[in-house]
Amino acid sequence: MNQTTDDTLDTAATTARPVSRLLARLPRVWRSPLAAVGALLVLGWLIVVIAAPLLAPHDPLAQDLPPLAPPGAGHWFGTDELGRDVFSRVLYGARVSIPLALLLVVLSLLIGGTLGACAGFFGRWVDEIVMRIADLVFAFPTVILAMVVVAALGASLQNAVLAVLIVSWPSYARVTRGLVLGIRNREFVLSGRLLGFSAFRSLRVDVLPNLLGPILVLATLDIGTAMLLLSGLSFLGLGAKPPTPEWGAMVADGTQQFDSWWIGVFPGLAILTVVLAFNFLGDALRDALDPRTARSIGDGRAHAGHVEGERAA
Amino acid sequence: MSRRWVPSSGAGGRLRPSARGHHPLARFLARRAATAVLLALGVTLVTFALTNLVPGDPAAANLGQRAIGDPAIVAQFRHQYGLDKPLPAQYLTYLGNLLHGDLGESQQSHQPVLDDLDAVVPATLELAGAAIVPSLLIGVAFGVIAALRRNRFTDQVLRLFSLLGVSVPTFWLALLAYYLFFYRLGWAPGSGRISPDLTAPRHITGLYTVDAALTGQWPVFWSAVTHLILPALVLTAYTVGLLTRFTRSAVLEVLDQDFVRAARAKGLPSRTVLFQYVLRAASVPIITVAGLAFGNLLSGTVLVESIFAWPGLGAYAYRSATTLDLPAVMGVGLVVGLVYVTVNLIVDVLYGVIDPRVRAQ
Amino acid sequence: MNALDIRSLMIDLPAPAGRTPILRGVDLALQPGRIHGLAGESGSGKTMTGLAVLGLLPSGAHTGGRITLGDTDLLALTPGRLNAIRGRQVGMVFQDPSSSLHPMLSVGRQLTDHLRHHLHLDRKAARTRAADLLAQVRIPNPEEALDRYPHQFSGGMRQRIAIAIAVACEPRVLIADEPTTALDVTVQAGVLRLLRRLCDDLGLAILLITHDLGVMSALADQVSVMRDGLVVETGTRARVLTDPQHPYTRSLLDALPGNARPADPPAPATGPGEAAPGDRDEPTRSTP
Repeated sequence: MNQTTDDTLDTAATTARPVSRLLARLPRVWRSPLAAVGALLVLGWLIVVIAAPLLAPHDPLAQDLPPLAPPGAGHWFGTDELGRDVFSRVLYGARVSIPLALLLVVLSLLIGGTLGACAGFFGRWVDEIVMRIADLVFAFPTVILAMVVVAALGASLQNAVLAVLIVSWPSYARVTRGLVLGIRNREFVLSGRLLGFSAFRSLRVDVLPNLLGPILVLATLDIGTAMLLLSGLSFLGLGAKPPTPEWGAMVADGTQQFDSWWIGVFPGLAILTVVLAFNFLGDALRDALDPRTARSIGDGRAHAGHVEGERAA
Repeated sequence: MSRRWVPSSGAGGRLRPSARGHHPLARFLARRAATAVLLALGVTLVTFALTNLVPGDPAAANLGQRAIGDPAIVAQFRHQYGLDKPLPAQYLTYLGNLLHGDLGESQQSHQPVLDDLDAVVPATLELAGAAIVPSLLIGVAFGVIAALRRNRFTDQVLRLFSLLGVSVPTFWLALLAYYLFFYRLGWAPGSGRISPDLTAPRHITGLYTVDAALTGQWPVFWSAVTHLILPALVLTAYTVGLLTRFTRSAVLEVLDQDFVRAARAKGLPSRTVLFQYVLRAASVPIITVAGLAFGNLLSGTVLVESIFAWPGLGAYAYRSATTLDLPAVMGVGLVVGLVYVTVNLIVDVLYGVIDPRVRAQ
Repeated sequence: MNALDIRSLMIDLPAPAGRTPILRGVDLALQPGRIHGLAGESGSGKTMTGLAVLGLLPSGAHTGGRITLGDTDLLALTPGRLNAIRGRQVGMVFQDPSSSLHPMLSVGRQLTDHLRHHLHLDRKAARTRAADLLAQVRIPNPEEALDRYPHQFSGGMRQRIAIAIAVACEPRVLIADEPTTALDVTVQAGVLRLLRRLCDDLGLAILLITHDLGVMSALADQVSVMRDGLVVETGTRARVLTDPQHPYTRSLLDALPGNARPADPPAPATGPGEAAPGDRDEPTRSTP
C-alpha cells in the first residue's frame, strides 16, 4: 500500500542499507540553496588548500613589501607590520587550519566514536568508565581546559591540536553511545546475535552502518567548531608559533596594529567563511537524514540531565 | 452527565502506586543537592589531579633563568608551595585549606588566590549576566517563531542569522566591534569596565552596575552600563545563534507530537496550545541548552576579555595557565567547576519542577 | 436526523510530484446513539476521514465535499468557529494514549482546561465534573486521580482518561481512531464496552475507525468499508459481515481465521481442530 500520513504503526525496523538511504536522499539536498553555497565554498577552500602556492602572489614569510600598507594593487589584503602580504598569508593559512581541523574531526570521531560505541554496546563497567571520563571533560569550559593542557605541554600547534582533541572526543562518545543504545536492541541486531554473530561482528555488520549517517552529519557540523577552537587557541598565543601564517594568530596580530584593520579582519573573515560553509553543508545533510535519527544528533547532544561542553550544532 | 456511576475496581487496571512518600519534589531536590555536593568534591579532586599531573614544572615556569640553576632556591620554592610532599597529602591539605577559605597564594601576584578571584570573578559574572539574559529572551523567542513559521521566509531568515551567529569567531567579532564602534565611530566607550577618570564604586557585590546603583553613584552606573554593552553584545551573538537553533528544533519536535494534535482537537485556543502544551514540553530541552549556552559564555569570556581589557576570570585564567601558577589555576578550575555544578543543579531542579516523570525517578 | 453527514468528501495532500488524492468522494452518515464502524487497511484513508471532521489535516491539504454537523458545513467554517466546535460538539480519541496525553500536565488539568474554556465553569465546578467523568469511565479514586499524571496510569486507564476528555463537554459526535489498537488484548474489551455504554447513555454518534474487524463486529451498529479513498460498502453490521456485497469486503472477511467469522450465531459444537466452513489457510492480514 502506498504510504500515507496516517500510517502510525511504524514498528518495522527500516534497516536496508541505511547509508544508501542517505545517499539516495542526497540529490534532494542540492536543491537547497544553502547546501549548494556551502558545497561550493568548501570546494573553493579545498582548492586553495591544495593550490595555495600557485594562487598566492607572494611568499607568505617574505618581508619585502612596504609594511602596514592598506589594501591596494599588488597586495589585495594589504601588508602587515613586517611587510608581509596579508592575502598570501591568508591563502597559506588555509593550508594550516583546514587540514588540521579535518584531522581533528577524524581523530575525535574515531576515538570518541569507538569509545562511545563500545560503551553503548558492551554496557556495564565499560559504559561507566567512558561516561564518567566524558563527564569530567564536560565539567570544564572547553577553552579553559584546552588552555590548561596547552600551557602545560608547551605552546605549539601540535599541542593545540592535542588539546582540542582531548576536549572534543566526549561529544562523539556520547552521541555514538546514544545511537548504539537505540539500535542495540532492535530486532535485526538481536537476531544476528542469535545466529551466532560474535559481539564484534554484530557491531561491525549491524550496528555501524546505522551510525554512519548521523555521525557524518555530526562530523561535518563539528569541523567548524574545531576550527573555531583551534584558531581561538592560536589567538591566545597557545597554538601556532610565528611566523606560521595561522588565521587565529593573524587576528591576534591585528589587535596590536589597530590602525591597520586589514591585518585582523581578513583572516577572521576567512575563518568565518570556512566555518559557515561546513555548517551549511552539515545542516543540509541533517535535513536529508531520516528525521528520527536526525533528532539524535545536534539537538540530541544536549542530553537531559547534563550540562555538557560547548559543542554546538 | 445524567447518572453517577459507582466506581468499581475491576475496570481493567489499577492505579500504579505513586512514588514513595508524599513529597516527591522535596525528595527530588534533596537527592539532587546531595549529588551536587559530591560533584563539587569531584571537581576539587579533578582540579587538583589535572594541575598536578601535567608534565610542566611550575618551578621552571616561575623562576628566572638564574634561579633555576640554583638547587637551593628551587628546593625552597618547592617547599614554600608544598610541592615536595606526596600527592595525596597535598590533596588533603588542599581540601582542608579550601574549607577554611584558603585557596593558597598565587605564585604570580603573591596574593591569596581567594583575593585574586574576589576581584576578577564578579567582573566576569557581570559580563556573563549581561549577555545571558538578552540572549535567552531573544534566542528562545526567535527559535519559537522560526519553528512556528517553519520553512517560510521568516524561518529561513532566522536560520541564516543563527547559523551566522554560531559560525563567527568570537575573538574576531570582538576585534571588529571594538574597531568599528569605538575606534572608528566613537559610539562605544573604550576598554575596561568604567571610564578611566572614574573610580570604582564601593565593593558590595563586585558588580559595578549593582554597586553603583546601590550607592547612588549614577555617573559610575551609567559608565559601567555603557562599557558592558559592546562586550556583552559580542558574546550574545554566538549564544543567540545557539539558542535559536536548538529551540527551533526542540519546538519542531514537540509540534509533531500527538498531544499537540489532541489539544487542538479539544478546541483550545492556539495561544493556550502553544504556551501550555507546546512550550511546556519543549522547555526541557530548552533549559538544557540554556545551561550549555551559559557554559559556552564562560569560554567566550576568555577570548573577549583580552580585547576589551576586561579584568575578569578569563584573563586571569589565561595568565595563570601560561605561567603554570598552580594555585591560581586550581582556583580558576575550582570556580569554574563549581559554577558548572551549580548550573547543573539548577537545570536538574527545573527539570523536576516541570516534568513529573523526572520527579518520580 | 443524522448527527453527522459526510458527502463526497475529497482530500488531497501535497506530494513531491504534484498532489496525491487521499479521499476520493467518501459518503458517511452517523446517527445519534449508534456506533458506525469504518473499516479498512492502512492507507485506505479512514484516519484522514476522521481528522477531516475536526479540521486537523496536515498543512497543505485540500478538501472538497461537505461535512454537515446538524445544519453547519464544517468544511466551510472559519478556523475560529471550527475551534468552537472542536471538543464541544465533536470529540476525538486518538490511538495511543501514552502520546495523546500530555506527560507534564495532571489528568485533572487536561480534563478541565477545555471544559472551562467551552462551558465557562469555575475551577471548583470543573473539578467536580472532572471527577464525575473519571468515575464514569471507571477510574478508581477519581478525586486522587485528578492530581496524578498520565505516566502513573496503565495503558488501558490512560485511554479511558482520553475518552473522558473527549466526552467531557457532552459532544454530539465522538470520533474514535483505532482506540484499542495500542492496548493489550486483555484490556481492549473493557474499553470497547465503555464506548458502547457511553454511546447508549449519552446518545453519542460514534465513528469507530479501525482496521480490526473483530473490534468492528463486537461494537458497531453500522459498518462502512473503505478502500483507496472510497467507501466500497455500507450497511448494518449483521448484513455486511455475513452477506458482503463488495468483493473487497469479502476478501477482507475471508482473510480472518474462519472461527472468527463475526456475528454468526455461536457455532454448533465442532471438535477441536475442525475447520469451520469456508476457512482458508491464509495468515491474518491485520495485527492488533
